[in-house]
Amino acid sequence: MVKELKAEAKNLNFYYGDVHALKNISLTVARREVTALIGPSGCGKTTFLRCFNRMHDLYPNNKYEGEIILYPDNINVISPEIDPIEIRMQISMVFQKPNPFPKSIYENVAYGLRVRGISKRTVLDEKVEKSLKGAALWNEVKDRLHKPAFDLSGGQQQRLCIARALATDPRILLFDEPTSALDPTATSKIEELIIELKHEVTIIIVTHNMQQAARVSDYTAFMYLGEIIEFDRTDRIFTAPSNKLTEEYITGRFG
Amino acid sequence: MATVFEKELTDLKEKVLKLGSLVEKAISDSIKSLVERNSALAAETIDRDPIVNALDVEIDEECIRLIALRQPRAGDLRLITTAMKITTDLERIGDLAVDTAERALELNEEPQLKPYIDIPRMAEIAQGMVRDALDAFVKRDSALARDVLTRDDMVDNLNWQVFNELLFFMIQDPRTVSRAVKITYVSKYLERIADHATNIAEMVVYLVEGKIIRHMAVSEEKKI
Repeated sequence: MVKELKAEAKNLNFYYGDVHALKNISLTVARREVTALIGPSGCGKTTFLRCFNRMHDLYPNNKYEGEIILYPDNINVISPEIDPIEIRMQISMVFQKPNPFPKSIYENVAYGLRVRGISKRTVLDEKVEKSLKGAALWNEVKDRLHKPAFDLSGGQQQRLCIARALATDPRILLFDEPTSALDPTATSKIEELIIELKHEVTIIIVTHNMQQAARVSDYTAFMYLGEIIEFDRTDRIFTAPSNKLTEEYITGRFG
Repeated sequence: MATVFEKELTDLKEKVLKLGSLVEKAISDSIKSLVERNSALAAETIDRDPIVNALDVEIDEECIRLIALRQPRAGDLRLITTAMKITTDLERIGDLAVDTAERALELNEEPQLKPYIDIPRMAEIAQGMVRDALDAFVKRDSALARDVLTRDDMVDNLNWQVFNELLFFMIQDPRTVSRAVKITYVSKYLERIADHATNIAEMVVYLVEGKIIRHMAVSEEKKI
């Protein structure tokens, strides 16, 4: 079904201590397409998303089993031999609430590059501009790049976080409920941006808002109790899902 | 407990069924008015058509409202879009029943050309198709809907038979032409009614299975 793969979870299990949160998950992620993860609270969608860039490594007692393969390199993202810091630059995440650093707009975007050891001004200037343009924020901030990021509105801050994620040329962008703290206008800007960004980068998005998954994604996976119940093209999931549980969730009968 | 939306969907289905029963009655009354030469019944059938039209508009408006306000998905979305399309077909069937009643009024003014044998048979099959297609809609029964599809050929064949028989009358005696042509029309109306019932049945297959089978031969459809 998926044309060209960017990543693939194979028999992925995840444990928070004794809690078996993800159960034998296999999922293909199409290159330069948007894959949405939907499901009721506690179904494991955010847990799954966080596996892709090793966010769970930040806490002890968390355990991964199985593989998340990144193509075309064929590396297993969750293998202990892989450096999680580098993975987080290649597979970047945008969070529920905008979380800029208490720095200038410019330094927020340049941050990942500086972590990589890049300090040449011309390189940084070019990357910052390109990333801000990519996040559709450049025109609004180009005259105040050195002002604090906190001066921006919520929607602008979220686009700044997207620019920050883009600066390290990620292969995959992870969005965890990226608009749940935004008003409808800022939300539709972010949604437009996601559709625009998929020409450059592969995207996985977790959303509580089913209509948002319908609007922005090409593929949708419905999760329930730590398992993937159904995965299909988004148009199929929203018009004629094959699984009864998916049908009930999509039509609002439960969840 | 049913949610408000679930109740709205039930009401919608009931309205479609009500429209269906009005239209079924229009078919049987129009044919009865012809076969039994009952012009009063024909006039009554024609007079009832505005009720069908009003209900058609009401169902359409309700579907549009539900799409706008409830953002239906999956099975709910298929139910609402199916209801909209079914309604259009039902309203057209209602119009064809009116056309039949109008021909009955005209034919009842003249001596009967021949006993009606095939026409009531066609009407019975076509009406059964409409009834079963709607039954399949309410019960989400795609097997019954597919059974309706197989009956269309019977009506087509009868239509052809009626035409050939009337052609024979017309060739033998040109004074029968006016009446024979009108009966040919009635036969054609019934054939069209069966086509609309077929459309409804195809929509029911979409409702139940999420597959669009229109414009596909039955043999072709079996492959998917």
